[in-house]
Amino acid sequence: MNIIVLIKQVPETTDVKIDPVTNTLKREGVQSIINPFDVYAIEEGIRLRERAGAGKVTVITMGPPQALEALREAVSMGCDDAILLSDRKFAGSDTWATSYTLSKAIKKLGKFDVIICGKQASDGDTAQVGPGVSTHLDIPQVTYVKKIEEITIEKARVERMTEEGYDIMETPLPALFTVVKEINVPRLPSLKGKMRAKKIEIPVWTAESLECDGKKIGLDGSPTRVMKVFTPAPREGGEMLSGEPEEVAKKLVGLLRDAVLG
Amino acid sequence: MDYLFTEEQKMIQDLCMQIAKEKIKPVAAHYDETGEFAWDIIKVLAESDICGIYIPEEYGGMGGGILELAIATEALSWGCGGISLGFAATGLGTFPIILFGNEEQKNKYLPDIASGKKLAAFALTEAEAGSDAGGIKTTARKEGDHYILNGTKQWITNGGEAEIYSVVAMTNKDKGPRGASAFIVEKGTPGLFFGKKENKMGIRSSSTREVIFTDCKIPKENLLGKEGLGFIVAMKTFDNSRPGVAAQALGIAQRALDEAVAYTHERRQFGQAISSFQGVQFMLADMATSIEASRGLIYSAARMIDSGAKNIAKVSAMCKLYASDVAMRVTTDAVQLFGGYGYMKEYPVEKLMRDAKITQIYEGTNQIQRGVIASALIKEGLA
Ligand SMILES: Cc1cc2nc3c(=O)[nH]c(=O)nc-3n(C[C@H](O)[C@H](O)[C@H](O)COP(=O)(O)OP(=O)(O)OC[C@H]3O[C@@H](n4cnc5c(N)ncnc54)[C@H](O)[C@@H]3O)c2cc1C
Repeated sequence: MNIIVLIKQVPETTDVKIDPVTNTLKREGVQSIINPFDVYAIEEGIRLRERAGAGKVTVITMGPPQALEALREAVSMGCDDAILLSDRKFAGSDTWATSYTLSKAIKKLGKFDVIICGKQASDGDTAQVGPGVSTHLDIPQVTYVKKIEEITIEKARVERMTEEGYDIMETPLPALFTVVKEINVPRLPSLKGKMRAKKIEIPVWTAESLECDGKKIGLDGSPTRVMKVFTPAPREGGEMLSGEPEEVAKKLVGLLRDAVLG
Repeated sequence: MDYLFTEEQKMIQDLCMQIAKEKIKPVAAHYDETGEFAWDIIKVLAESDICGIYIPEEYGGMGGGILELAIATEALSWGCGGISLGFAATGLGTFPIILFGNEEQKNKYLPDIASGKKLAAFALTEAEAGSDAGGIKTTARKEGDHYILNGTKQWITNGGEAEIYSVVAMTNKDKGPRGASAFIVEKGTPGLFFGKKENKMGIRSSSTREVIFTDCKIPKENLLGKEGLGFIVAMKTFDNSRPGVAAQALGIAQRALDEAVAYTHERRQFGQAISSFQGVQFMLADMATSIEASRGLIYSAARMIDSGAKNIAKVSAMCKLYASDVAMRVTTDAVQLFGGYGYMKEYPVEKLMRDAKITQIYEGTNQIQRGVIASALIKEGLA
């Protein structure tokens, strides 16, 4: 089974600072890590290969040269190959341009059975790149996968997390899955993996080697405009109902009726 | 400080520290409380290729030596000195095979230890034979193609959990110390039983158990080296394993210092952090300095052993002696710096103090280490 895992390097902080002028993320002085959700994607990719007993896991990221570190970490966990997509021309890519670029790399790679991504990146939180890639490749996608129940070379049955519970979905392969953290417990790197990661030659693919359409990459290929980034004001007010449960329930029903039905 | 580690040694250190922080530290208090053996952590070590770092490559290991073993043990013991012992005591049980095993024995036993599939143990001590190992009463009687073992070993680390036991028994009582021999006994051999599991002060998740032989029949191929080498096997094993005990002590001490530095910075009395008091600062400075000295001694001793040096008993004893005394002092001081909170189980330092104590006792008490060092000195003086 040939598995592709898409990862992103992100700043190691849950408290991301926004540049008030450019409305972009401030990255200076912050350590970089693999996007936490992508670690589950890596683990699931490795597990699928182990389950199949054959095949390989290729991990891909688009980013600056320092993103090689994230790829090496993925290799130290057990990914077989890694590819970095890096080019000045990719700078400023939004989720649309990023998913276009990633899909070009996947096409260049050729045969694959499954693509796995984390459900979203912890810095941008858009959850759009995975679905974008499947759209560019014209393959099915299942988002928020929490379990891969069954998988053969033709199809997979997965559990997709919803707010109420989960859906069971069946899809032909190749397909793209984005995964949630409930799907597995990621392993630590192994010593042999770390040694391999140290030595592995990671190819760097550029816009030219991917034969990208210049109008579809980087800032020019990015239709998204960030008008404003802000923290929503905390909810205000609210009313505490007190008294016996029966009484409170009645009051609550009354208030809801007034509020909803006017 | 730069310890001039190789790339590989740095990776071992990083990985073991990651395991200590992410996997061991969160469960250490639980295992300390229950005394259960931490198989889940052993599994992590196996999956991370840690179990075989000191085993030669031709038997499935990474081909490292005593320094690699010390680096790993130090880091894992930072997480928990009891849990790390499952790994370190496997080293103790494995050295007899690495040092004295023949090709067949190495091929048969080392790969499973290297992969983490099996743990090992070393069984020398008996109720009447502690420091005076020459007093062991367990016998191994040759009968055709077999040896028949009878006797009871006590306080065997990894007892019951390990699959492979290196055992010292008397093959010829008339010859005194030259009448002892070392054997490999596999769990599951008829006549091998496990007795009482001890309820201990510290390293509580480590299994310390009686290992009982009742007409336990093993093939003669399980003899290590030759008949009569039993105590040589034991002494050479200890020469190689004592830096591991030292590293266990070091990891515990480092953890105590780290906890003390953090706590004294947070805890406020008299309107300021207690780390602003010189009386506290001097204690921290002394703790840190003795830890660094102990680390330097351990790494030097390990490097000397790995270089193939011949007379290693002295340095090996020195690092075990020094590091364990440092660990006891540093952990006691850490409890002191935590004040009453340090005495409470909600805080991690009382456990560190309990765990540190054993490092002054096993693999030869510190009095015995001083004896080893002194006799080496006297021998050198006469040479
Ligand atoms: C938790 C734990 C795990 C252990 N694991 C193992 C194991 O895996 N395998 C194994 O074989 N054994 C193991 N042991 C045994 C351990 O090695 C012995 O306890 C140790 O060697 C000391 O022996 P003893 O307890 O009989 O003390 P003793 O020998 O009775 O000593 C008592 C005191 O007398 C002192 N003393 C004794 N002789 C002298 C002397 N000549 N000069 C000066 N002082 C002396 C000692 O230093 C000590 O202070 C373990 C013990 C413990 C507690």
